[in-house]
Amino acid sequence: MTLLSIEGLGISFGGIAAVKNVSFRVSPGEIVSVIGPNGAGKTTLFNMISGVYQPGSGKVVLNGEDVTAMSPHLLARRGMSRTFQNLQIFQTMSVLENTLAGYHLQESGPVLADLLNLPSSRRRARAAEEGARALLKRVGLERAAEREAGSLSYGSLKRLEIARAMALKPKVLLLDEPAAGCNAVETEEIDHLIAEIAASGVAILLVEHDMKMVMRISNHIVVLDHGEKIAEGDPATVSRDPAVIAAYLGAEHAAG
Amino acid sequence: MRLSVKSATLLTLLAFVVVAPLFFPSSFYYRVGALIFVNGLAVTGMVILTGWAGQISLGHAGFAGIGAYACALAPEHLGLHPALAVLLGAVISAVLAWLVGRPILRLKGYYLGVASLGFGILVSMVLNNERDLTRGPDGIDVADLGLRGLLKDAGLDLSNGQFWYFFCGFSLMLGAWFALNIFNSPTGRALRALHGSEIAARTVGIDVPRLKLQAFVISAVYASVAGSLLALQNKFITPDVAGFMHSVEMVTMAVLGGVSSVIGAIFGAAVLTLLPQVLTVFAEYEQLVLGLIMVLVMIFLREGVVPSFLRKFRGNEA
Ligand SMILES: Nc1ncnc2c1ncn2[C@@H]1O[C@H](COP(=O)(O)OP(=O)(O)OP(=O)(O)O)[C@@H](O)[C@H]1O
Ligand SMILES: [Mg+2]
Repeated sequence: MTLLSIEGLGISFGGIAAVKNVSFRVSPGEIVSVIGPNGAGKTTLFNMISGVYQPGSGKVVLNGEDVTAMSPHLLARRGMSRTFQNLQIFQTMSVLENTLAGYHLQESGPVLADLLNLPSSRRRARAAEEGARALLKRVGLERAAEREAGSLSYGSLKRLEIARAMALKPKVLLLDEPAAGCNAVETEEIDHLIAEIAASGVAILLVEHDMKMVMRISNHIVVLDHGEKIAEGDPATVSRDPAVIAAYLGAEHAAG
Repeated sequence: MRLSVKSATLLTLLAFVVVAPLFFPSSFYYRVGALIFVNGLAVTGMVILTGWAGQISLGHAGFAGIGAYACALAPEHLGLHPALAVLLGAVISAVLAWLVGRPILRLKGYYLGVASLGFGILVSMVLNNERDLTRGPDGIDVADLGLRGLLKDAGLDLSNGQFWYFFCGFSLMLGAWFALNIFNSPTGRALRALHGSEIAARTVGIDVPRLKLQAFVISAVYASVAGSLLALQNKFITPDVAGFMHSVEMVTMAVLGGVSSVIGAIFGAAVLTLLPQVLTVFAEYEQLVLGLIMVLVMIFLREGVVPSFLRKFRGNEA
């Protein structure tokens, strides 16, 4: 059963194609990884799927509904959630408040109730706070809950973004390099966390440069190079694929 | 247990309202105090709009003008009680803010600043030019609120200065309470979130344009009520209330004191209302000294006076 279907997505910037005709599908509980060298178009693909960029061509279908170029806040209502490669943290808010922001759709109500501090407003906020604290515990940040988010380390912020994205109780979760900047232990924790989330039935779309992690947890891998899908399949198939090896070797030679 | 920001702010305000009169050198200071509270109310709205939601407005005096002139015109022409005129002004301001905010809040930063400036100028022009209705730049009389008379009948005999001092003081506390309720509510979090990262705010499901509009409308109501209170206590109002300088004053007070903190912005309102009274000893250098103070505060206490000091004294919270 397909939850998210990407059909021929493409976009160009100033006449240069950043992503070309990319298609694949994600089912509930499945971890699909998108890999490829730097600049291959992975983040751009995520931005199109999550409504941040308007695709130049192609479709995004979520749960049978065409959601192409739909505003991100409406996609959130339909169960899509994501993290960002270049962190998008609410810097001056506490770690707890950052997580609570992820509960917006569940906890927000009439402004007037909030203005008057009505019991209904407090009840909504309290329910969200319980959930948020539990999530922070899950990503190992419960002791930093009251700290200002801007003061956390890079690795902690990556986990905070996961907690915030999880707060939406998403059906499909897009993770853009969740383990970047994390040490081996932290990477393994994130690895377990992602597997756990998938096991609970969430469809996961993952971009990650840590190949060991990708090979370990992915059900399916899509390989991009210069904006095009050059291969896809299960980890074993993809890692043997000559085009993939060439793309990565080429990238490594280029990087010196 | 440490006091929450809400209780601390409200207790500070209460203490100030009650204790300050004991130190007034003359009854004139009741008037200065009332002015501080009115300005404090207007800047509390700016805290919500600018400090939390991160949106600038250089035209909010326009809403103060609407609130003020509602109190001047509605009792005379519609036979409304002045208290209802305050309400009418607030409703008109809210509707206007909604209509104006929808197109201009799509703009960012200084583009939004200029667009809102245009709105303020428009209101001020109407008040200046519609002489048949507003009597133009010379100003217009405003009816008595009548509440002081009622209190007197009930046995509480306050001078005019005292009455407006306490009335505005308690209005400010009410306004601060509303604002602080919002701060920690789901709405307040969403406002601060869109300030922190619009893109992340949208992906967690926040309807960013709608929320900006709500903040704009709420802050317009604050400015409107402040304008009404100003008109009612002076029993007279001129179009200056809607003027560009008044808009700039609101932003300056809030930023100087600390635009992200209610008590900070109110402190800014107090300082900038008091300073001109105090600085008269500098005679012709008054403006110069005022300007210098503002420049120095912005250089050395960029977050505003109150948040900067709080941060220094107890870590990292405002
Ligand atoms: N808004 C934009 N305007 C212009 N060019 C863009 C824009 N966004 C992305 N690009 C270009 O699209 C290409 C793909 O970039 P993208 O960030 O998607 O790569 P990536 O696969 O995520 O790389 P990395 O592994 O380094 O994160 C790059 O050449 C980039 O410069
Ligand atoms: Mg990327």
